[in-house]
Amino acid sequence: MTDTVVERHAPKNKTDLFVSFTLLALQGFGGVFAVVQRELVEKKKWLTLDEFVEDWAVAQILPGPNVINLCIMIGSRHFGLLGAMTAVAGILTVPLVLILLLAAAFAGVADTATAQGMLRGMGAVSAGLIAATGIKLISALKNNPMGQWQCLGLAALTFVAIALLRLPLAWVLFSLGSLSCAWAWYCHGKLAHLKGTP
Amino acid sequence: MTLVLSWSDWLSLFVHFISLSLLAVGGAITTVPDIHRYLVDEQQWLSDAQFTSSIALAQGAPGPNVLCIALMGWNVGLNAGGGLAAGGTAVGMALMGVCITMVGILLPSATLTYAATTWAHRNRDMRAVKAFKSGMAPLVIALLIATGWLLTGDHEQPLRDWPMWALTATTTLIVWKTKTHLLVLLALGALLGGLGWI
Repeated sequence: MTDTVVERHAPKNKTDLFVSFTLLALQGFGGVFAVVQRELVEKKKWLTLDEFVEDWAVAQILPGPNVINLCIMIGSRHFGLLGAMTAVAGILTVPLVLILLLAAAFAGVADTATAQGMLRGMGAVSAGLIAATGIKLISALKNNPMGQWQCLGLAALTFVAIALLRLPLAWVLFSLGSLSCAWAWYCHGKLAHLKGTP
Repeated sequence: MTLVLSWSDWLSLFVHFISLSLLAVGGAITTVPDIHRYLVDEQQWLSDAQFTSSIALAQGAPGPNVLCIALMGWNVGLNAGGGLAAGGTAVGMALMGVCITMVGILLPSATLTYAATTWAHRNRDMRAVKAFKSGMAPLVIALLIATGWLLTGDHEQPLRDWPMWALTATTTLIVWKTKTHLLVLLALGALLGGLGWI
């Protein structure tokens, strides 16, 4: 949560990549997202908070499961196509085996009141995990060329559109997104001009 | 529930998931309504209960939420093989269902993500790439907070749902301000839910 120290590590090899993503997946109940931020940014420091926000933006905009997209991005950056495959295999294989065993063993149990209650409880907690991660990422907006307050305004508009007005995601991303990207394009141009590079 | 699937049925299952893959903007979860329409209403390869518990189990178990798709494939295969009681053949069919649905939903989007992000990484100093990343950052952060908000469940019945909201809000604060292990929080949520308190 600091912008002065940029300490960054990298996965040692593909085994490290596979094992790291497997361990990460096994901690992610009700979705892996909150764990990704804590493990990869706060503990392993494979990414800075700014890089994580940028990568997450891309992972979310592209079609497909967001966490899988993020695995492909991180894996391929370090070890190319094989790295991407290793990361995806890491996050999927063991959890897949586990969930099939669970499905076979507990067929029917999932419908009991206790099991439903537990799922509700874990659902409420994982909603909190995701929201908290979003709040932590706000500090990454400080370094955004559009300016912190303008970014917060855009974020507030998006929140209202999605959470309160329940507008369709694709519609919001396209309209607010293209506006925001056009503005960012302008700001990046101004920055480059100030630095004296074309 | 038992059924007979021909090779052309398996093929159309594969084609359906392939065609959904590139539509899954914002995660695999956004395609769930269409998968329900196809598997449960139209083809009747899956019962409503099997569909719902596939999603619930994937959310309760560790790993990415996209594994609910694997569970659906597993159940379609089991139904085609005559249920778990039928033994080896049924498990074989179920595993084939897992492969078909998972490869179908992941292959197109993963290929696109790999191609797009390696290109973007090579051209990361290009003004358009930078503008896209910084332009999308505030929207994506807001989307996370909105997801947390929407996941807390029904917002129409505050009298019934306030304990769930309180749990989500408390979790948000704890994750934001402390380094408490996420698994501890999830276990607490499961406990509170299992006891029927939320």
